[in-house]
Amino acid sequence: MEILVAAILTIITAATPLLFAALGELVTEKSGVLNLGVEGMMVMGAIVGFAAVHYSGSATVAIFASMLAGASMAAIFGVLVLVFHASQVPTGLALTIFGIGLSALVGQSMIGVAYDGIPQLHIPVISDIPVIGEIFFSQDGLVYLSIFMVFAVMWFMNKTRAGLILRAVGDSHDAAHAMGYSVLKIRFLAVLFGGAMAGVGGAYLSLAYSPLWVEQMTAGRGWIALALVVFASWKVRRVLLGAYLFGGISILQLHAQALGIAVPSQVMSMLPYLATILVLVIISRDRSKIKLNAPASLGKPFHASR
Amino acid sequence: MLPRLIKRQSPSKAMVYLSPILALLLTLLASIVLFLIMGVSPSGALHAFFVEPISSIYGLTELMVKATPLILIGVALSLGFRAGVWNIGAEGQLILGGLFGGATALFFYEKTGFYIIPLILIMGALGGIIWAGIVAFLKTRFNANEILTSLMLSYVAALLLNLLIHGPLKDPDGFNFPESRLFSDSALLPILYDGTRLHLGAVIALFFVGIGWILLSRTLLGYQIKVMGDAPAAGEHAGFSHSKIIWTTLLISGGAAGLAGAIEVSGPIGQLLPNISPGYGFAAIIVAYVGRLHPLGVLFAALLLALSYLGGETAQMKLNLPVAVTGVFQGLLLFFLLACDVLIQYKIRTSKKSESTIAPAVKSSIKSTSEVK
Amino acid sequence: MAQPSEYLLELTGMRKAFPGVLATDNVDLKIRPGEVHALLGENGAGKSTLVKMIYGILKPDAGEIKFDGKAVNIKAPAHARELGIAMVFQHFSLFDSLTVVENISLGMDHASSMRELAEQITEVSQRYGLPLDPNRHVYTLSVGERQRIEIIRCLLQEPKLLIMDEPTSVLTPQEVKKLFVTLRRLGEEGLAILYISHKLDEIKALCHDATILRLGKKVATVSVDKESTGSLAAMMMGEEMQAFKHPKKPTLGDIRLKAKNLNVVAADPLGISLKDINLLVHSGEVVGIAGVAGNGQDELLTALNGERLSESGSVIIEGEHIGHLGPNKRRLMGMASVPEKRLGHGAMPDMSLVDNAFLTSYERLHFISHGLIDYGKTEDYANKVIKDFSVKTPNADVPAASLSGGNLQKFIMGREFDQNPNILIVAQPTWGVDAGAAQTIREAIRKMASKGAAVLVISQDLDELMEISDRMGAICGGVLSKFYPISEITIEKMGLLMAGVSLDDMHDDVINGSEVNHNAS
Repeated sequence: MEILVAAILTIITAATPLLFAALGELVTEKSGVLNLGVEGMMVMGAIVGFAAVHYSGSATVAIFASMLAGASMAAIFGVLVLVFHASQVPTGLALTIFGIGLSALVGQSMIGVAYDGIPQLHIPVISDIPVIGEIFFSQDGLVYLSIFMVFAVMWFMNKTRAGLILRAVGDSHDAAHAMGYSVLKIRFLAVLFGGAMAGVGGAYLSLAYSPLWVEQMTAGRGWIALALVVFASWKVRRVLLGAYLFGGISILQLHAQALGIAVPSQVMSMLPYLATILVLVIISRDRSKIKLNAPASLGKPFHASR
Repeated sequence: MLPRLIKRQSPSKAMVYLSPILALLLTLLASIVLFLIMGVSPSGALHAFFVEPISSIYGLTELMVKATPLILIGVALSLGFRAGVWNIGAEGQLILGGLFGGATALFFYEKTGFYIIPLILIMGALGGIIWAGIVAFLKTRFNANEILTSLMLSYVAALLLNLLIHGPLKDPDGFNFPESRLFSDSALLPILYDGTRLHLGAVIALFFVGIGWILLSRTLLGYQIKVMGDAPAAGEHAGFSHSKIIWTTLLISGGAAGLAGAIEVSGPIGQLLPNISPGYGFAAIIVAYVGRLHPLGVLFAALLLALSYLGGETAQMKLNLPVAVTGVFQGLLLFFLLACDVLIQYKIRTSKKSESTIAPAVKSSIKSTSEVK
Repeated sequence: MAQPSEYLLELTGMRKAFPGVLATDNVDLKIRPGEVHALLGENGAGKSTLVKMIYGILKPDAGEIKFDGKAVNIKAPAHARELGIAMVFQHFSLFDSLTVVENISLGMDHASSMRELAEQITEVSQRYGLPLDPNRHVYTLSVGERQRIEIIRCLLQEPKLLIMDEPTSVLTPQEVKKLFVTLRRLGEEGLAILYISHKLDEIKALCHDATILRLGKKVATVSVDKESTGSLAAMMMGEEMQAFKHPKKPTLGDIRLKAKNLNVVAADPLGISLKDINLLVHSGEVVGIAGVAGNGQDELLTALNGERLSESGSVIIEGEHIGHLGPNKRRLMGMASVPEKRLGHGAMPDMSLVDNAFLTSYERLHFISHGLIDYGKTEDYANKVIKDFSVKTPNADVPAASLSGGNLQKFIMGREFDQNPNILIVAQPTWGVDAGAAQTIREAIRKMASKGAAVLVISQDLDELMEISDRMGAICGGVLSKFYPISEITIEKMGLLMAGVSLDDMHDDVINGSEVNHNAS
């Protein structure tokens, strides 16, 4: 039972950063923009969140700071892509390269600094229930926030007019423009949201997952989040599923020894990357499914006429 | 009145070449600001970064040593990017090349012979080709996004190298350090200029520029690459095979990156280490763009980016600046380049003349509506 | 105070210039409530520019717009809608992945709940005979159904003026007839309709008054009843329309191109599969295939030219089975094709005309020597094409995207024609091309046939097909109809074929009894 609880807790902590980043990217992509800079935004969120908690001592401040950092990175991307008509793929790559460099620069003084990790929110009474209480009601605030965001994004996309407009812009920016919707404004907001979510996803790594700062500590999670969006066929519910599935793979990584599996640690570390490739292959095989589900304007440039 | 972007009738050829220069100037300006924020004298820092490293013959040869892998990979990536094939996992292909080349060198540790070096290079290229071949297979067979698969394979490659260096390739007399033996002399690339590290790889890289140039500008394959990048459907209309282009460009870039990896381990490094590249595979993406996806441009861009590596090292030694400045500089350069590239297709107007601002609107709406069907 | 006016919309002195072009110059137009007013003119006459100014998409350089007697400065489409002006575009602004009701909701300035809106849609669709299920996804709908979405979206705003831009170009003659019933009904209810077209018989059938534009200037406003199609055409074209010439019976040669039970499964989930296509084209004839957009035209072209492969015996050139051979092999055997989409399929937008000339000609004309491309020879060929087809361009080094639609089409046609193909397949030869270029292209197509080529033309433009074809058929849902000699073909028969109805099942009186758009009264 102990191992099971520990495993589930591992899944949750491994899934949460992916969930944040993938949810943000899903909203961005639904608006028709492919931002490949998730890794760069996450790593900036990680360092800024860590530095903020170090200097302010407040986890809340740190979370907002990481959102701001991610959104600021996204804003650079948004301006380049939406205003300067830069092509989306290289701009996203540039954002990642820049983010990794800048976070390393900013993080120079943070190497070796210790932090206890953000506090867990014990919900009174029910958190004392054995097993269930530990798993569901004694998590830190970010875990609850990530689950809340799943439902918030789902509601926004399917139930609100703003969500409808966002989907419309991603489906056909020309038609949306012809109807008088401001394609660039809507896309910019979606890009900013994606950045903020990636930022907080990164902060989860440096504040909760392993509370310290290491260069490039996101270790490709931004890219895995991108793959998750494809895996989810751009559906919010399936992002939740996908993130927790990937979280599941990390149990193997962290608990392999406890489970008595004698495989070199490097091989274990390869698992998430190999799993990502496998998942991509399985999902992408069906071209027509991708074509029907992917936002039709994804990655295409738009030049507003007025 | 806010400046507006007006679409040009046809793209500006001058801006294609001016944009990288403009971007470099803006990057330098931004670096000055960055140095000021960090409390370093900008003139001193810029001197340490861009002048000092190349003010000696040795410095110039070092520049070429650093530029060699960037040229090889940059030229090859340019081909792929032109075709719209986004191999961004050149870092992993480089590592595999280093691994294959290095393993070959270690295998012939006791032997001497002229054949060893060519074999190392061939094996290195083969390693990169295998790694990129996986990407091509997954892309053409399963439609799996090559950006994500090639990148994931880079992480796998780094772990694989790490695993083998901790295991079978570890130096038996190395006190358990995770590194291989130093290669024997017959596995080291010949030095071109005594007293420096300038090696045969530089010649190979320059040769590669020429090959790439001819391939891109004068051969049917180069033409097919350009057509696939601009209009895949037109390529199909002409009877060109999209998968053939995906395979070819990926195998070329994999081979070039693998070759670069083998050159690195049998050239300046001389052994296998857990870390055989300071991100050449990623920097080469910037090199390809700054070089306008043209082999000759790549040559200049590679020298510039090589300078940023050398400068980063010098600035670290002289001014105690973190090496990460190099990454920031490279990222900024690509940002500014992408921003400046807008001037190729558009011009800036600040006047309020409404008719000229609506004209492109009509054009683009005509274009877009004709695509609605 | 403005005087109450009998006119709903009054335009005076409307002017709009683009760099190098005066699109409309000093145009006046008046429409009464309940009137169906035609705006008539050739492609490029300035019709679209004029209505875009009325709808607030373009800002006029000069001129006055009065609506309901008040001078207005229409700033944006939303403002136009607020005033009571609605517009149905030629190319729809629809979101394929969304449902009908979501699409309509996005076009409404004052949104109500989805459920209420769905009820309103059902109500309007029943009242005006525009059947439409609010919960269907747009990508599952036919072109005619998509147009209904646009019309219902407009009607829900209860407009006073409805602008329709070439609404029938995507419809079968039968659908056109239904649309006209709806439009007449709307007119009777007091809605003013501005009907843009260059199809004279439609205007005779539907409209009260017509304003004719030519080269951006107003030619006249006339009462349609008092004019003949001939006089309207004369005003539109600027000269007496050439009498309709039936091509004289061609001298048929051997069968050059044959499709035999050709089946191709659509690669695209939204594409059309070809079912048992049978087709013969002889040397010396032009065979026309009509059809509403999206019924398998693209698929047919790509199956014939080799972009899609099929069983070897299902496509036959000069007696040889070539269904399994790719485009290049077929080209070497003398086949040439021009796809419908110019930028991106027929030509590479960002590459030069020299590079574009190379695309389909390099093997037949030997532009590669010793493994290297001979750009000198290629450039000579590009310049020859430019000269032969009077393509307007500064030189052969400009990118294809910088050419106008008509000039690019002439270049692509010329690239194929100058290779002297034995078999020529052309899709939508004059779509969006100005009148002059269209004439050049049609003449060139006839000339290819008279030189002995087997020519297949796939087009949505019935008038064009009837002008240039010797035999005609239609494609509907990936199924090809029988072919009939041009002398046996009428618009009504074509309408039935385009709707997938076989003429063999029909009695003559049914075929000839319909009065689609010959209603001159």
